[in-house]
Amino acid sequence: MSWLTNTLSPVGLGWFGGFLTSSIGKKVLMALTGLFLISFLPIHLLGNLYLLKDDKGESFNLYAEFMTHNKIIKAVSYTLYLSIVLHAIQGLLLWRQNASARGQNYAVKVTRAVGTNARAATRMGWLGTILLIFILLHMYQFWLQMKLGNVPRAAYGNGEIVKDLYNPVMDAFANPTFVIIYVVSMIAIAFHLWHGFQSAFQTLGLNHGKYTPFIKALGKAYSVLIPAGFAIIPIYVYGDSMGWW
Amino acid sequence: MENMHLKLKIWRQGGKFSKKGEFVTYELDNVSEHMSFLEMLDVLNEKLITQREEPVAFEHDCREGICGTCSMVINGHPHGPNAGTTTCQLHMRFFRDGDTITVEPFRAKSFPVVKDLVVERAAFDRIIQAGGFVSINTGQAQDANAIPVSKESATASFDAAACIGCGACVAACPNASAMLFVSAKVSHLALLPQGKVEAKRRALAMVKQMDLEGFGNCSNVTACEAECPKEISVENIARLNREYISAAFVYDEKEEKGGGAG
Ligand code: HEM
Ligand code: SF4
Ligand code: FES
Repeated sequence: MSWLTNTLSPVGLGWFGGFLTSSIGKKVLMALTGLFLISFLPIHLLGNLYLLKDDKGESFNLYAEFMTHNKIIKAVSYTLYLSIVLHAIQGLLLWRQNASARGQNYAVKVTRAVGTNARAATRMGWLGTILLIFILLHMYQFWLQMKLGNVPRAAYGNGEIVKDLYNPVMDAFANPTFVIIYVVSMIAIAFHLWHGFQSAFQTLGLNHGKYTPFIKALGKAYSVLIPAGFAIIPIYVYGDSMGWW
Repeated sequence: MENMHLKLKIWRQGGKFSKKGEFVTYELDNVSEHMSFLEMLDVLNEKLITQREEPVAFEHDCREGICGTCSMVINGHPHGPNAGTTTCQLHMRFFRDGDTITVEPFRAKSFPVVKDLVVERAAFDRIIQAGGFVSINTGQAQDANAIPVSKESATASFDAAACIGCGACVAACPNASAMLFVSAKVSHLALLPQGKVEAKRRALAMVKQMDLEGFGNCSNVTACEAECPKEISVENIARLNREYISAAFVYDEKEEKGGGAG
């Protein structure tokens, strides 16, 4: 039964390493990290909606203060950073490997699909690259400045002095360039998840006549509503600074 | 329409043509709508032979959609633009007088071009050799009802078994992934009692060989199902993922190496 030796993992990596470096294992990592990011986005959005509250940033800043000081939330954030890094690196590697598996390109190139959007599905690498650039800019602009303490302070009701992230956000979104960058990035997330949401379930083997139609519908609703919710914030803040409403 | 005039832009590689290949355009008259695509190529080749030119090399065998040999990409579609048919089942009535038809070989690093439209698909054979079988000695035919099989499993297994190993899924996939083929083979065996016995080893071994052959990874684009002449469903890919993930976590290869009969 010599064919059985074929099932042994690559030398030195052990069975788990063998799993993670297999074509399916690589995609499982993409799906799990992707789904973790998907579960984070609505929570991030709910917090951000405090930005729209007309209280000069009090509720938003107190929320940010809570988020940066709670131990459990800190642990979750580190898992999140790790997920982004793993997802991005694995995604770029898959993109490169998949692009080279064709060899010579077709003279006539058409991609048909069944029940997925081929345009989004074949552009996951480009969409992901836009997202990566966006995430780096976003974290530099707000997260890093907050970590380094390069933000003003604000005092609220009980005399507590907290970092003021609200005003830097308001300043950023008074700038139309940032508004455009943020809105375009949200469109990229929408397309990334239009394919990615249901794709992650398929990768994990979760395809079932009873549940897949629901997963696909949920994915479409999610990939429109969540990015739209994020995009409203810069648009609203910009309009506010211009006195549109 | 009878007697169509066609412009055929065909990939020529090797032989009298350059080693890295090139497109050559041929004009063909009197093409009948009743011809199959392969018969049309036969007519072209006869014409080329009378003109003392090198005929176009293409693969064919059964010419009835069951062997999976007739690989070529026609106007960007493996086995042509029609759904659920092979090249040999494609009729010229689906083309119009004056059409230009581009014919290319299946493109994948793991399917090197041998000549013109002929590619080497031995990678698929090696994947089958890695585990696409059941290890049961033949003997007396036993009673057909000795092993109960549910209607659902039998149907799903048979649907997967319809795969003719043609490689169109690889040719269609933007990543040149072989997942639809491998998932069809893993599914059709894993769904039946006789195949279930070795399901875990099989999933691990076949995926390992698939990866060694250098096929791309699955991005769940579903171009494979769209172009598959047997309309194999990507549900099989989900099943392969389940089989592989569970096998990776619970199957202990070391136990297999230790002795035993067989
Ligand atoms: C908000 C951030 C992001 C979320 C929520 C997200 C989510 C997802 C999900 C759910 C998938 C599907 C996984 C599967 O098919 O199993 C996916 C695929 C992918 N992601 Fe992301 N992603 C994000 C950011 C990124 C970034 C920053 C990159 C790269 C630089 C990236 C690159 C990719 C690529 C290339 C794929 C396709 C993998 C494949 O199917 O071969 N993503 N993403
Ligand atoms: S899955 Fe379909 S396209 Fe792929 S080898 Fe089998 S029959 Fe051909
Ligand atoms: S020649 Fe056998 S399937 Fe086309």
